[in-house]
Amino acid sequence: MNHEAERYERFFLIVSGVFLVGFLVVLAYTSIHMRVMLPGRVGTIEAKPGESLAAAVFRTPPFNHLGLTKVGPDEYQAVYFAQAWAFFPREIDLPVGARVKFIATSVDITHGFFIAGTRVNMMLLPGQISEETYTFHKPGKYLLLCHEYCGLLHHTMHAWVIVK
Amino acid sequence: MSTPIVAAPDGFALPEEQRRFIKWTIYLGFIVLAFGVLNGLDQALNYAHIDIFRFFPGMRTYYQGLTAHGVFNAIIMTFAFANGFVALLVARGLGTKLNSGILAASFFTILIGTLLTAGAIVSGSASVLYTFYAPLEASWPFYLGLALVVISTWITSLNLFLMLAKFRREHPGERIPLLAYMGVVTYIFWDIASAGIAIEVVAFLLPWSLGLWHGADPMVDRTLFWFTGHPIVYFWLLPVYMSWYGTIPRQVNGALFSDSVVRIGFLLFLIIIPVGFHHQFVDPGVPLGLKFAVAVLTFALFVPSLMTAFSVMYALEIGGRRAGGSGLIGWFFRIPWKDPSVCAQVLAMLAFMLGGITGLMNASYNMNLEIHNTTFVPGHFHLTVGTAVALSIMGIAYWLVPYLEQKELWSAKVALVSSWLYFIGVLIFARGMISGGLAGMPRRTAISLIPYAEPPGWKLAGILVGVGGSMMFAGALLFFVVIGMTVVAGKRTRIADIPYSVTIPKPKSAGWEPKLDRLGYWIAIALVLCVVVYGPFLASQFPLQLNIPGFRAF
Repeated sequence: MNHEAERYERFFLIVSGVFLVGFLVVLAYTSIHMRVMLPGRVGTIEAKPGESLAAAVFRTPPFNHLGLTKVGPDEYQAVYFAQAWAFFPREIDLPVGARVKFIATSVDITHGFFIAGTRVNMMLLPGQISEETYTFHKPGKYLLLCHEYCGLLHHTMHAWVIVK
Repeated sequence: MSTPIVAAPDGFALPEEQRRFIKWTIYLGFIVLAFGVLNGLDQALNYAHIDIFRFFPGMRTYYQGLTAHGVFNAIIMTFAFANGFVALLVARGLGTKLNSGILAASFFTILIGTLLTAGAIVSGSASVLYTFYAPLEASWPFYLGLALVVISTWITSLNLFLMLAKFRREHPGERIPLLAYMGVVTYIFWDIASAGIAIEVVAFLLPWSLGLWHGADPMVDRTLFWFTGHPIVYFWLLPVYMSWYGTIPRQVNGALFSDSVVRIGFLLFLIIIPVGFHHQFVDPGVPLGLKFAVAVLTFALFVPSLMTAFSVMYALEIGGRRAGGSGLIGWFFRIPWKDPSVCAQVLAMLAFMLGGITGLMNASYNMNLEIHNTTFVPGHFHLTVGTAVALSIMGIAYWLVPYLEQKELWSAKVALVSSWLYFIGVLIFARGMISGGLAGMPRRTAISLIPYAEPPGWKLAGILVGVGGSMMFAGALLFFVVIGMTVVAGKRTRIADIPYSVTIPKPKSAGWEPKLDRLGYWIAIALVLCVVVYGPFLASQFPLQLNIPGFRAF
């Protein structure tokens, strides 16, 4: 009975291992080939002695030019800052098919930056720049949410992305 | 042929004062759990747009209740339970006594820690949730209390290590009994894993809340938090694994088919500590290569849980077949489902399968973009810590409390109803949370108060969470009734020993197996891996920027 159990266990673990490795291969493929990328290391914002973080943010490009900018055919850059309890800009309008690079940071505490129904999902940390690119194929009114707890009125913190 | 997994199978007498401190430590956990669970009900109903916070005395906001729910249930209850339960099992495994002074020190440390932390939360000066990300700034008793709660686990470690040292002195060349081995490895693992949170709290957050630092470094604090924040889930889980391996096979009249497989499983948990970056997949400032490497390590951590699934299920199968079960799954219905301790824990295992699958999804690198910080995540962890661990702890209590009290369990029937209610409740609850998360519903959010219209899919999700959560609450309530009545009104009886398991083969004293007991080598490997994964990243954060001011609007 014992040997039989060990044989079954080996089989069970080998099959499990094949699955785990297979999953990792798929993840690597989607990341490298299909470019479904996680946010990575982009840059930091450091306040000078005596300067507030907000002041440092607003003098650091691209945050000296907030909002939506068209950078090419169907290519956009959307620069946001987050503050308890709002995003700026509060609303942007995009055409269907727009490929948008979202660049964002926080001027106070840790916030989230999540567009419901998409894979735009990143954390905003004070002093760190977050970046993610997404193409909007479907028209709609997309809800941009703070999805990290940021104090008393966290649940009110949202903005809109309108795709027409 | 079978071998008990303890050193002195003939008998074991726990000194009265030690029994008392173990009892108090575990009851402290249960009392805290009662408050935590009470705050769970308002969280669940919130998702169904029913706002009952204002009826909660002393609770002013949703987030205050959520902080209490997370800190009480996930940190204080689990630690108190581990300190009492693991200490008892290791003492029993080695057939020796604990040190009463150290046991008392551990109890009073966690008691004072609990009072400080709970006081800060109830006063409203610490609504920073279970993760207390700086620059959210709680009042100092919150941090000091948490530090003491963690220190109580280190004090417990000392007790375990002293017993092991004594055993080795008195039994040179003998294998460490399996029951003790699991407990000792669990605490060694936790001592290393808790270093992150200890440094975060003691070096940064506590002095900061006292005005000694002028700001925080949110990136470094998060990273230190998650260094501990992932392994902490194994500190919740491993005491339960000790029960699944150490007592469940006996309780179902089965046996463990291998001693070494269990030890290897626990060593894998010890070795693979540094996986916390998978909670930071969507963080800025963490390089992608590091994120992917940690995803691979996290996948490797599924192996010991898969091993557990096999060994424990096989032990159940042996028991079920001995009871006349046959066929491919017929044995499953022949295990003693009427035993409330077995029933709760087997249901917990079933929930853990779903928890494991959803956990694999969370850990899946870029798939995390779909679900990070959505309600998918609490959907997952209410199946794991919220059921696999919590319902197992309830199941363990159904033999442990009678053993500690020397009284009969008050009502097995009510206990069975409790477990089934809780189990069916969590399935409904998690279905709601998971589908809500896929529809973009954020976690840690007062959904009943949102100022915008709910996107499609949220409403049904919220109702399921409300219904399922209420059932879980009712199940937990019955658990407290059973335990309370057992303590107060249970019939006196004599329960001589704990139900420890047997393994089919004897642990080998020659060959490669004894190397599993050479813990020093495994600890060294664990430390090296931590340094390899975390060293370069933390080094790149120097000089630290302790300049982000605190935030207290909660």
